[in-house]
Amino acid sequence: MTPRDLMGAALRGLSANKLRSLLTVLGVSIGVGAVIVLVAVGNGSGKAVQARLEAMGTNLLTVSTTGGGGGFARGQAGPSAQQYSLTLADAAALADDRLAPDVSAVAPVMTSSGTATSGDTSYTVNQVIGTTPEYMPATNTPVELGQSFTQQDVDTSQRVILLGQTAATELFTRPATAVGQTIKLGAVDFVVRGVLASKDSTGFSDPNATAIVPISTLRATQAGYGPLNQIVVQAADKDRVDTAQAEVTQLLTARHQVPTDQTSPFRIANSAQILQTSQDTAATFTALLATVAAISLVVGGIGVTNIMLVTVTERTREIGIRKALGARRRTILGQFLIEATLLSLIGGAVGVAVALIVTRFQLAGVQPVLVPSSIGLALGVSAAVGLFFGSMPAHRAAGLRPIDALRHE
Amino acid sequence: MAADALIEIRDVTKRYGSGETAVHALRGVSLRVEAGEYVAVMGSSGSGKSTLMNILGCLDVPSRGEYWLDGSNVARLTEDQQALVRGRKIGFIFQSFNLIPRTTALANVELPLTYAHLRRTERRKRAARALALVGLSDRADHRPNELSGGQQQRVAIARALATGPRILLADEPTGNLDAHSTDEVLGMFDQLNADGRTVVVITHEHDVAARARRLIQVSDGRIVADEVTRR
Ligand SMILES: Nc1ncnc2c1ncn2[C@@H]1O[C@H](COP(=O)(O)OP(=O)(O)OP(=O)(O)O)[C@@H](O)[C@H]1O
Ligand SMILES: [Mg+2]
Repeated sequence: MTPRDLMGAALRGLSANKLRSLLTVLGVSIGVGAVIVLVAVGNGSGKAVQARLEAMGTNLLTVSTTGGGGGFARGQAGPSAQQYSLTLADAAALADDRLAPDVSAVAPVMTSSGTATSGDTSYTVNQVIGTTPEYMPATNTPVELGQSFTQQDVDTSQRVILLGQTAATELFTRPATAVGQTIKLGAVDFVVRGVLASKDSTGFSDPNATAIVPISTLRATQAGYGPLNQIVVQAADKDRVDTAQAEVTQLLTARHQVPTDQTSPFRIANSAQILQTSQDTAATFTALLATVAAISLVVGGIGVTNIMLVTVTERTREIGIRKALGARRRTILGQFLIEATLLSLIGGAVGVAVALIVTRFQLAGVQPVLVPSSIGLALGVSAAVGLFFGSMPAHRAAGLRPIDALRHE
Repeated sequence: MAADALIEIRDVTKRYGSGETAVHALRGVSLRVEAGEYVAVMGSSGSGKSTLMNILGCLDVPSRGEYWLDGSNVARLTEDQQALVRGRKIGFIFQSFNLIPRTTALANVELPLTYAHLRRTERRKRAARALALVGLSDRADHRPNELSGGQQQRVAIARALATGPRILLADEPTGNLDAHSTDEVLGMFDQLNADGRTVVVITHEHDVAARARRLIQVSDGRIVADEVTRR
């Protein structure tokens, strides 16, 4: 029997019960499709998180205090709370090359919020950041239109403002027209010096609904002279993040006379760590999704086995006839194996096709990124599943003595 | 053994099951059939005729005893060699037709030729010729469930003839047929035997047995009579 004859016999066998074949194919294609799509979703979300964090800058340290930061705002102005508050002097000390040689840039940060108005239009800015010009390069926040403010602007408390994309759009419709205009923030006039480049969202809040002003101006007009919310520190190099972090900790501990037996009141978030953590999380997430998908693939395989068992049982008489007419064991085996493999492969192909289409769209807010090896793996597994699971019933049938197969009811 | 015996079985027994419930379908049967004979086998129901026929057709194996077919011991043949014997030397006609469902008459007849590794065009030609021989050319594309009982039996005969086997084994081939169809089928057997093929037919009907030249009577798993009825 030529391969072509075998294929013909297998196809005739499959088409003899179309609905059943179709359902089996469906089971396999769901399994294969699920593997590819879910792995792509896991991969995509990992890539997205990584891209966002990398955009933030990987050599960034964010220093805040757990003991006294924002003490005024929380109404707990006790001496111990005060003691650990971050100050502009801390920022200045961190910027000192002799005290912290691995720190390249330091920007003190105070935040507040306020309503900005331009003519009749008003817009509530969620986050008004008071800082120094170092903040922009350190946090990867470039100015797209106009220009940044300068250290001199900070020293002289100039009333200049940089608007985030959302803020600029809300106030001026077209951000390009914003530069040079005067807006009111609270009761104070500010001149728009520049518009920040758009940023991708890293969380629930819109990172473009911001405005940045010189820290001195913010303190004078909005936030008062309380402690800093945080200090943004840029390590000189990606590889020197850890030493920079140690220097920051040491310096602040010394400056604030933290007793040695006390846990540090300063929290230093390291973006490289965050990146690593979220990459690990993404990998776990992907593995989890892949496991779920693999299970569905196995379920599809069991479907193939089940169908082949039913088919073989149902066609035992036919097998007996074929053997009586001179069919050899391997011919019978070949026919049923080809049937099982065809079911799996057609299912696999359909699964891949559907997965290729589905992964073009965002799923649950994630743009899936295909992992090419997952396609090969899913197809390979589906063929192997067909061969493995199909071979058991086929072996059983092919091993029957002709008369036993013929007598089968 | 004589070289001219095409079929020879020696002291063959067949037992189904074991212990208390064992059924002895054959209790020691010895038989020689020369090439070109036309043999009828008769006997009451349950006497072991079909069991004997299945063993002769290499579809079943005896519990004890030897079966020599065309000079070789069947028990010694490998599974593949037995398949080859079934496919090339023997044409088996079942009482219950045993056509493959959902498959056209032509494809059914073609099947043994496929297993005999014939080329596609050659297969088609021979299958069509075999169908023509049984007068069913116009039903070639019909499936078994679209054929009458007599037509199905004729397709089964065409299938048994397609490979040009030396031995034709028929288990009650006319059991389901009317007088006219029976006559047609028996005419075919006469023709085949005249061509030199060996024919063994199981039947309950005396007028069917009368067409053969040798009559074997089976009773309770034994051969009780074996006579040449016609020269
Ligand atoms: N697979 C089997 N298992 C158990 N007993 C069997 C089996 N096949 C046949 N027998 C028994 O063997 C005996 C002979 O059966 P066989 O089919 O050879 O009879 P037969 O002569 O062909 O009868 P009939 O004319 O009715 O077809 C019967 O008693 C039957 O019950
Ligand atoms: Mg019988």
